[in-house]
Amino acid sequence: MILVPVGEFPAQLLAELSRRSGLASGPGIDAPQSAYHARRNQYDSTQLLCRLKQFQPGAVMGVTQLDLFIPVLRYVFGEAEMGGRAAIFSVCRLREEFYGLPPNPALLIERAMRELWHETGHLLGLAHCRDPLCVMSSSHAVEQVDTKNGSLCRDCQCRANVLSEERGIALP
Amino acid sequence: MSEPSGPLDRFSILVVDDEAVVRDSLQEWFSQEGYQVEAAASAPEALTALAKSEFDLVIADIRMPGMDGVELLEKIQAEKLEAAVILITGYASVESAVRALKLGAFDYLTKPFDPDDLSAVVRNALERQLLRRENRQLRDQLASGGVLSEIIGVSEAMRKVKEQIEMVAAVDSTVLVEGRSGTGKELVARAIHRLSPRRFHPLVVVHCGALTETLIESELFGHEKGAFTGAQHRRKGKFEAAMGGTVFLDEIADISLKTQTDLLRVLQEREVVRVGGTQAIPVDFRVIAATNRNLEQMVKEGLFRADLYYRLHVFRIYLPALRERPSDVPVLATHFLEKYSRKMGRHFHGFQRAALDKLSSHAWPGNVRELENCIERALVVSSEPVIRAEDLVLGEGRALAPLSGYSLECVEKNHILRVLEEFSWNQTQAAKALGIDRVTLYHKIKRYELKQSAKALSSPEAAVKGTRG
Ligand SMILES: Nc1ncnc2c1ncn2[C@@H]1O[C@H](COP(=O)(O)OP(=O)(O)OP(=O)(O)O)[C@@H](O)[C@H]1O
Ligand SMILES: [Mg+2]
Ligand SMILES: [Zn+2]
Ligand SMILES: [Zn+2]
Repeated sequence: MILVPVGEFPAQLLAELSRRSGLASGPGIDAPQSAYHARRNQYDSTQLLCRLKQFQPGAVMGVTQLDLFIPVLRYVFGEAEMGGRAAIFSVCRLREEFYGLPPNPALLIERAMRELWHETGHLLGLAHCRDPLCVMSSSHAVEQVDTKNGSLCRDCQCRANVLSEERGIALP
Repeated sequence: MSEPSGPLDRFSILVVDDEAVVRDSLQEWFSQEGYQVEAAASAPEALTALAKSEFDLVIADIRMPGMDGVELLEKIQAEKLEAAVILITGYASVESAVRALKLGAFDYLTKPFDPDDLSAVVRNALERQLLRRENRQLRDQLASGGVLSEIIGVSEAMRKVKEQIEMVAAVDSTVLVEGRSGTGKELVARAIHRLSPRRFHPLVVVHCGALTETLIESELFGHEKGAFTGAQHRRKGKFEAAMGGTVFLDEIADISLKTQTDLLRVLQEREVVRVGGTQAIPVDFRVIAATNRNLEQMVKEGLFRADLYYRLHVFRIYLPALRERPSDVPVLATHFLEKYSRKMGRHFHGFQRAALDKLSSHAWPGNVRELENCIERALVVSSEPVIRAEDLVLGEGRALAPLSGYSLECVEKNHILRVLEEFSWNQTQAAKALGIDRVTLYHKIKRYELKQSAKALSSPEAAVKGTRG
């Protein structure tokens, strides 16, 4: 799997994500204008996923700082094809600044890594887990992301091991 | 460390929207949440899917070409489908959403909504569905004759018993079921459990009479490894095993004063300490106790703790002996006739007048169990489609097994069998008459493989076989 920035993305953050996850980062792509929703000032994550798939023949994890949405939801942190090959997540709502707080780069990288894990789990075919400490518990709010301890619970880990072998997608 | 996944996981959701992007993203979103999801591109397509399989939740856009979301809701209501309906509206269609609520939609969401709101609304809807499902199961059970219809009886006494069962099932109090051997105490205990809010949890039965003091303590409270000789593994007791259900303590009069004290503590504290353990484990259970002895009398004689007695008989159900409710004899006889003809795959028309008279004039010391055995035996021996008086072998007329050997063992075995027969297999009474303790009797029954078998008693020939073992 390869890490692909969508739109402008801070080089340092990308390098750190790549270093921690062991995923190679590829050249970035631009967000297509068609995915932009002017009134919401957000990008349609499903359309970005399509673009990523056109661009990359193999498994791909998009990272972006654009604010993402799907038509019925006000926002999403990320989106993944369950058991598919493309996923994307945004650091927009993971930044403390988004909530009017002073920046915290260390916290940002922690949160981003959890989201990266989480979306990878979906790519493998893992659904949301009920253990709030597990990285696969749902993350609809940044508080939920902070509650997780950054790793899979034992059940999810077992399933992930089997699936990652089957699918040939390495866990970060 | 993960929590066991809850019952919500097994729910199925149908997403209905004409816009592919909305449909796909919602489908993706719900499958990430772990639900079973299907999607339909229009209301008619949704109805087809609903006809094919059952869904717990339908989440549909209000504005769709052709049939809209509100019409879909009306169709679902008209078909009396169980699915809850959540509608999605744009700002323009909030009015129709409010109308939809009046028509019975569970809720509506205005686009775009927060992921958290979607989660919460869906969870609420599914929790309501779960409750409905449980209620439907119960209704089905009641409609199909139900729990109480298994308790046969037309007498005033049995009508009252059924009323008491219904009343006490709803509350969580301890129940004491009293009655002679074979009057249906266990049947009543099971009915109470199955009608109670604890019915989705286990009913665990402890036959207190069959165990020695050490064994009963470990059976009730569990034990730690090495707590006593033979305790090689730690084990959960019945109170722990009940896990929110009911513990049925059968033959409660047979427990020792020491165990009574321990039992009282568990009832008061709602905690158990395993034998050989130190830690108190919280337990959630309801107790139904049964006895064929007069506990009040035993309290007076100092054989049963008064405080435990008062705790147990918060609610008391008394089952009168069968001879005290003669009107139940023919209906019970007919009930068992049907039960066993079904089992044997034979057809019986009923009883001859003389047979019914014979049943009515019998004293039934073994109560309903004796009647049941008597009917089963009659069906085995009868070659006619009607049960005649001579097919019915009743207690007094029954030939005792002839001696089949002269060794002490053989004599003991025959003697025990006779005494057991005499007391309709009430082991406590038989043990008393034999002058041995109940546990010893229990082990002798096991060792000689004594059985209260219908066939063994149906003919003298079979009875001989039975005693030879
Ligand atoms: N009212 C009844 N309707 C139908 N069957 C009954 C009724 N009462 C008792 N029975 C049947 O009679 C048999 C004995 O009943 P049960 O085991 O409940 O009696 P018990 O009071 O617990 O006896 P014991 O004290 O010997 O344990 C069972 O097969 C039970 O199904
Ligand atoms: Mg019983
Ligand atoms: Zn997720
Ligand atoms: Zn998990």
